[in-house]
Amino acid sequence: MNNIGIITGREYFTRVKKKSFILMTLLTPLLITAFYGIIIWVSVGQSSTVENQNIVVVDHSGIFMNKLEAPESVVFIPQEYYSADQLIVSDSIDAVVTVPNGYTIDHPLELKYESMSSLSVSNSSRIERAFKDVVRDQKLTKLGVDQTTIDSLQTNVILRQVKVDEDGSTSASNIGVNTGLGMALAFMIYFFIFLYGVQVMKGVIEEKTNRIVELIVSTVKPFQLMMGKVLGIALVGLTQLTIWIVLTSILSGVVGLIIGLNMGHMQELQTAANNPAMANVDMHQLQFVSDFLALPLAKIFGIFLFFFMGGYLFYGALFAAIGSAVDSETDTQQFMLPITMPLVFSIAVSFSIVIGDPNGTLATWMSIIPLTSPVTMMVRLPFGPPDWQVYLSMAVMLLSIIAAIAVAGKIYRTGILMYGKKVSYKELAKWLFYKN
Amino acid sequence: MSIIQIQEVSKFYADHTALDKVSFDVPKGCIFGLLGPNGAGKTSLIRIINQITAPDEGQILFQGKPLTKDHIKQIGYLPEERGLYKKMTVYDQLMYFARLRGMEIPAAKKTIHAWLEKFEATTWKKKKIEELSKGMQQKIQFIVTVMHNPDFIILDEPFTGFDPKNTQLIKDEIENLRNQGASIMLSTHRMENVEAICDNVVLLNKANVVAKGTVMDVRNSLKDNTYSLTYKGEINPTGFKDIVIKTQEQKDGNTTLHFTYNDKPNIQLFNNPSIEISEYREVIPSMQEVFLTLTDNSHE
Repeated sequence: MNNIGIITGREYFTRVKKKSFILMTLLTPLLITAFYGIIIWVSVGQSSTVENQNIVVVDHSGIFMNKLEAPESVVFIPQEYYSADQLIVSDSIDAVVTVPNGYTIDHPLELKYESMSSLSVSNSSRIERAFKDVVRDQKLTKLGVDQTTIDSLQTNVILRQVKVDEDGSTSASNIGVNTGLGMALAFMIYFFIFLYGVQVMKGVIEEKTNRIVELIVSTVKPFQLMMGKVLGIALVGLTQLTIWIVLTSILSGVVGLIIGLNMGHMQELQTAANNPAMANVDMHQLQFVSDFLALPLAKIFGIFLFFFMGGYLFYGALFAAIGSAVDSETDTQQFMLPITMPLVFSIAVSFSIVIGDPNGTLATWMSIIPLTSPVTMMVRLPFGPPDWQVYLSMAVMLLSIIAAIAVAGKIYRTGILMYGKKVSYKELAKWLFYKN
Repeated sequence: MSIIQIQEVSKFYADHTALDKVSFDVPKGCIFGLLGPNGAGKTSLIRIINQITAPDEGQILFQGKPLTKDHIKQIGYLPEERGLYKKMTVYDQLMYFARLRGMEIPAAKKTIHAWLEKFEATTWKKKKIEELSKGMQQKIQFIVTVMHNPDFIILDEPFTGFDPKNTQLIKDEIENLRNQGASIMLSTHRMENVEAICDNVVLLNKANVVAKGTVMDVRNSLKDNTYSLTYKGEINPTGFKDIVIKTQEQKDGNTTLHFTYNDKPNIQLFNNPSIEISEYREVIPSMQEVFLTLTDNSHE
């Protein structure tokens, strides 16, 4: 046991002292924060600095005069006449909308939009809606509906999901939040298994090709060497994960303050109530945050940690076995495929089918079979799968880890002392039954 | 008293027998040569003693008791295929192996310093193994083998990679360790080294022991009543009856005869006034010759 500790220590410290590890660990949160910072900065900056569009409205019908309500960042300027030449020389006017003669509310004609630059879809529909609203209001007035009634017809529909648990308690369920969180967690596990599983394999190959292994196994049992390596690298991963979480939280807090996001946001939210057009968006964002916080985050994080370690240990042991069976990294291909396939499959299917139907049959099975469960269970987790399935999946995972380590240990024990031999699957199977 | 007793040890692989009922004892406090051509079973035997693999038959006694995992810390092993972590520093590496052998950190520190000083290597302490020359790496590997003060040391080809000066240093160190009470098993193909430092040897060939005993015993066992006579002068050696000439060489006016007696020494030869004898001795095969004779598989 003591030997596993010493080996784990070596594996851990030689890796965390590497410059590449330090760089990657510190730079990644910076990059993530910078990435989101830029996105937020660009979008926040844009909304406040976008220049108003000045659009001249030449209304030959007289229907729209003084009744047009300009949408956000658009100013309508009524004019009797405005020529295309005037538009070309003008610096301040962006476009001209002409309502043709003979336009009536019962007999609408096409409106002409002239501009030096083409119109975006969103602006086009906003301008269209401004005109449409005027026509509709006039039609309603003609039918004898008064203005207050017209205003009260404005309705927004928001589908608010509430998940009812077996014990009758309810909790918020937001598809957007669930999907985002599930995919993020699943991807982290996928990434971790690959990145660190391959490190285990490389470490084993290094010891084998350097012939250090002969010296070490004359002192410790091969199993201890394998476990020490797998555990040491697991600790490296946990260290990296912890630093990433802490640094990203601190940095995004700092960046948030610098951008002034929090302050501006709060003010916007306060005025939102008075502004029905804005209310939708911000209510949604608020809902997003509150739905996220309403998830059983502690439980999700605990289960995440379990599968984070479990998936790694399961696959890491198999990676160690591969490393022991080959003489160099170039020989690993044939054995890598059966390990990488289920992983790639699990992420591909989880991000499509499982997300579409997180409690379906396929999702359920994939979250119990240990080859796919670390990734698939993460995608399902925010959607609140039945507890018994989570516990069953964890139990299966635990048993599979023990089995994987036992099998890997047997292959490893024989493989690390076998040189210059092209190994086949049949050969590997034989090693499982070697006495010593 | 023996440090190690190999008793009827066999090891079988799928397609061949690596060791076939091999038995011999390694006396305490000696330098013991484990000899044999490639594929004779030396590495298999060394791996079994190191408990990297287990024998299929037979047993091994360590200081009179069956070999167990507890004995590992009393054994030092220098594998033929040298291996150290290339990216680790000399000091970290030595400390790692010291701790795996159960040394406490303060004791390990002291020992590491003492050995580095002995090998004039204290300035390498913070260097990575990959930055060292091959000879330097070999020295570090040697320190790894002996620093935990083992009772029994297995050295597989310990002189490869050393220049003559460092070879002498390692030889002296091996004798030093023996004089301090350690028993050393030395596996090498360099027979001149065997003659120079080994007390006892065992010679393996094709999974079997073909000779064992002290170096002198083994050499004597192959002597065939051949004598060597070197003289100046002109005689016709074939004219003496009772001796059978094997070879006759001329060099710098000297003649060297190798011959065997049929019965008794022929007095005529030695009393001959026309020759001046400079050397007369019995021919004892060198270890090189013993090795070649006993491992000659060409007639099979």
